Amino acid sequence: MESLWPQIEPLLAQVTKPARYIGGELGARRVEHRPEVVSWLLVYPDTYEVGLPNQGLQILYEILNERPDAAAERSYAPWVDMEASMRAAGVPLFSVEGHHPAAAFDVIAFNLSAELVYTNVLNLIDLAGVPVRAADRTDEHPVVVAGGHCAFNPEPLADFVDCFVLGDGEEVVGEVNDVLAEFRCGPMPVAGGRGALLAALSRVPGVYVPSCYDVAYDDDGRLSGVTPRTPGTPERVEKRTITDLGAWPYPRQQLVPLIEVVHDRLNVELFRGCTRGCRFCQAGMITRPVRERPAEQVRTMVAAGLERTGYDEVALTSLSSADYSGIEDTVTGIIDDPSCSGQVSVSLPSLRVDAFTVGTAAQIQRVRRTGLTFAPEGGTWRMRQVINKLIREEDLYAAVDAAFSQGWKRVKLYFLIGLPTETDEDTLGIVALAKQCVAIGKRYHSSVTVTASVGGFVPKVQTPFQWFGQNTIEELTRKVHLLRDAARPVRGLTIRWHDPKATAAEGIVSRGDRRMGAVIEQVWRNGGTFQEWSEFFDLDLWTDALAAQGMTLEDAVYRHRTEDEVLPWDHLSAGLHRDFLWQDWKDALAEYGLPDCRWTPCYDCGACTGYGVEHVVASAVPPAGGSQGTGQDLSTGGQVPVRFLSTAPSGAAPAPGPGGSAVALTTEGRS
Amino acid sequence: MRIRFRFSKLGKIRFTSQRDVARMWERALRRASLPMAYTEGFNPRPQLSFGLALPTGAESLAEYVDVALDPVRAAEQGIDPAALPGVLDGLLPEGLHVEVAVPVERSKDSLQQMVTSCSWTMRLVGVDREELGAMVAALLAADTVPITRERKGREEVDDLRPSVLALAVADAVPDTAVDPSGRTVGLVAELSTRPRGVRPVELLRGLIAVSGGHADRPMDGLADTGRPGSIPVLDRACRTEQWIERDGLRQEPLLGRVVPAGADRATHALERAS
Repeated sequence: MESLWPQIEPLLAQVTKPARYIGGELGARRVEHRPEVVSWLLVYPDTYEVGLPNQGLQILYEILNERPDAAAERSYAPWVDMEASMRAAGVPLFSVEGHHPAAAFDVIAFNLSAELVYTNVLNLIDLAGVPVRAADRTDEHPVVVAGGHCAFNPEPLADFVDCFVLGDGEEVVGEVNDVLAEFRCGPMPVAGGRGALLAALSRVPGVYVPSCYDVAYDDDGRLSGVTPRTPGTPERVEKRTITDLGAWPYPRQQLVPLIEVVHDRLNVELFRGCTRGCRFCQAGMITRPVRERPAEQVRTMVAAGLERTGYDEVALTSLSSADYSGIEDTVTGIIDDPSCSGQVSVSLPSLRVDAFTVGTAAQIQRVRRTGLTFAPEGGTWRMRQVINKLIREEDLYAAVDAAFSQGWKRVKLYFLIGLPTETDEDTLGIVALAKQCVAIGKRYHSSVTVTASVGGFVPKVQTPFQWFGQNTIEELTRKVHLLRDAARPVRGLTIRWHDPKATAAEGIVSRGDRRMGAVIEQVWRNGGTFQEWSEFFDLDLWTDALAAQGMTLEDAVYRHRTEDEVLPWDHLSAGLHRDFLWQDWKDALAEYGLPDCRWTPCYDCGACTGYGVEHVVASAVPPAGGSQGTGQDLSTGGQVPVRFLSTAPSGAAPAPGPGGSAVALTTEGRS
Repeated sequence: MRIRFRFSKLGKIRFTSQRDVARMWERALRRASLPMAYTEGFNPRPQLSFGLALPTGAESLAEYVDVALDPVRAAEQGIDPAALPGVLDGLLPEGLHVEVAVPVERSKDSLQQMVTSCSWTMRLVGVDREELGAMVAALLAADTVPITRERKGREEVDDLRPSVLALAVADAVPDTAVDPSGRTVGLVAELSTRPRGVRPVELLRGLIAVSGGHADRPMDGLADTGRPGSIPVLDRACRTEQWIERDGLRQEPLLGRVVPAGADRATHALERAS
């Protein structure tokens, strides 16, 4: 491959943050491209600073580069000034390692973490010099792949992406590489060309190839079905799930960038999946079941990672890190490690709302004290039962009290507005809660800051709320004003909110069917890139494009879906039974909360049974303070009825001893 | 205990900022397990002190950092400064090269406050020797060279002339990727840091300002970031020395090489660069 560096270098004197484009990170691979090796360009469709820390991309980068038959480089969306310079100078999208042109790779693979980056995906395919529409690509063009959470509703991007990968990528990336190696690097051209390659990819479990399916609509223009049309292509694509996180200790060589990026620290994943069952949370639903990393491996990854990178901060990541079995031992182990000499700070990005967790936080953040953040999400107990975030007011107040009493002066609270069944009483409950938090803080400090950060709710696919009609822009704006007015007299309370217009645009894409592709394409053609960035977001681009396609916000975003309606993602599965999700939606409307299934009988959501996996946890004892959803006493934690499996599920190592590594457990009363 | 390092910054890494380089050093020093001294307070930071900030995009043969070590732990570990450049070279990113490390006395002024001038070599494209020679002569002959520059979001007019201690045309290897015509010339300069430091791009702006004809020529090459459309264009800039002037003598901050202040500054800068 040819390096574009001589053409790129002169452009860098004129752009902001030129080091975004030079590579050179610790951990970056110098790869050699040979004809028999499948070349991958892994692309994060947002800026370098946002994309570089993405752990999913880094994991695949390492796994691919460890294979003798694959070579992977990375790329990120060039900022608007650089893109203009590149287009003016005729420089295409390039990799940051070798500055190789994107179109020279066999695969261009995108990480989809958010819906509003979709226009950037189109822009980057175009900047690569590859036809934006999949149907226009020939055998000479790279295969365009996408994965990540948003791949669970791939239809809006179906016209532009050749194949999507659902679920954990660790195993399936190798299987995709095998198919590509056979077709791209085989001894002779394979009959059928690109069509045959895509059909073969569609037979890989977890891979969805939109062009291998027919889409039908009924007389009213409603979607009536998505059905396979190539032999061996499954009717329903199931996500991939790795059973044992301990078998995948990645990233081993986390990238350390030369410039400052978001989450600029060592990241070690504690576990994947979440069983708290918050109904608005797509991440929690689609990553089930819970699979914990063995505690010993966490310790090793932290120690080796700090030594290798020179970072002085480590984040223990997951969807709810305080729920990790033995979290206390793990964090004290890091803090007390003499090689850290008291200068390493540990952060738990998602704190649970209780005093116990704050105690842990006080201990581990002793090096650096910023603010503490909690996410009650709903303003009243009724609202929190609807969304299944079973935090009692006492839990929140105890947590906040603990935070202020242990020296914090700033507390941030995350809430959602526009939730199903929400009344003004629920909305205003946000201010009531936050006001009480300020009052608690005043007992300890003369001046405290409580920030309530309010986001508009966007219903996501593969969740119980996928049928819910999103609040209108006007309704969300009205609720924001309610909050703002109610909070104004409260000293020490600040309300921050997400732009309701951006919430609407996210809603346009999140549940769209294949016809939404034309809307995304038009927004992009009219210059709508970096729509995640408030300085470039423009709702008019979206509503104009909708209107041009004969669609409305009313139908695309605000409409409640019905039980019998075919949903655009029904032919894809995150393991959750559709009837479980519907029942959970009915339970939500009935204000009925569902406790955490790790310590209660199985609800048969489908995530474990469908894949023959159990929750893999390192301890049979729920964490102290596990009141949320466990029915446990807040102060103690304690025993719950569990029994150990006689045989460990495939891949899970048997426990070497008490407090040791992962063992599988299941709850009594489960057949 | 305080150790002063002299290092270079060359190649692609020149596009990182001074702040980025500081963070690279922090990580490298931690990886080397050096017993760094930390600041007090809620947010303890290693005590590092750099010389004069290098503009993003410029290379350097003469960067400095002072690292404060915890005296007790440093004595326990038996730190050998002579071994440190080799250790740190392997831990810093490609493009940063540690030349030498020497223990220094703690002084009340920081390195940044003590440096009085810097030597630079520059490569300009879109101009030939005679044209640049005329511009240099015009600037040196001028009583004042007003340039506008941004400071804290406001545009201010400063006189560049007193900061230009030496300026001369030099040879430079043409870069045909940047300028196919091969019109490439070198420039050497010594620029004072008082009252404010002058960046190479600001010097170029001053050169254009004193020879008006050039500034208005149409853009047929790359623009410098400060003044789009202007030529000649600053293609590369490299700081070759930082100087501390005291009692009429210039001293290199680490090795203490002394050069009389009256010596031919520009020639000296060229020697360093070659």
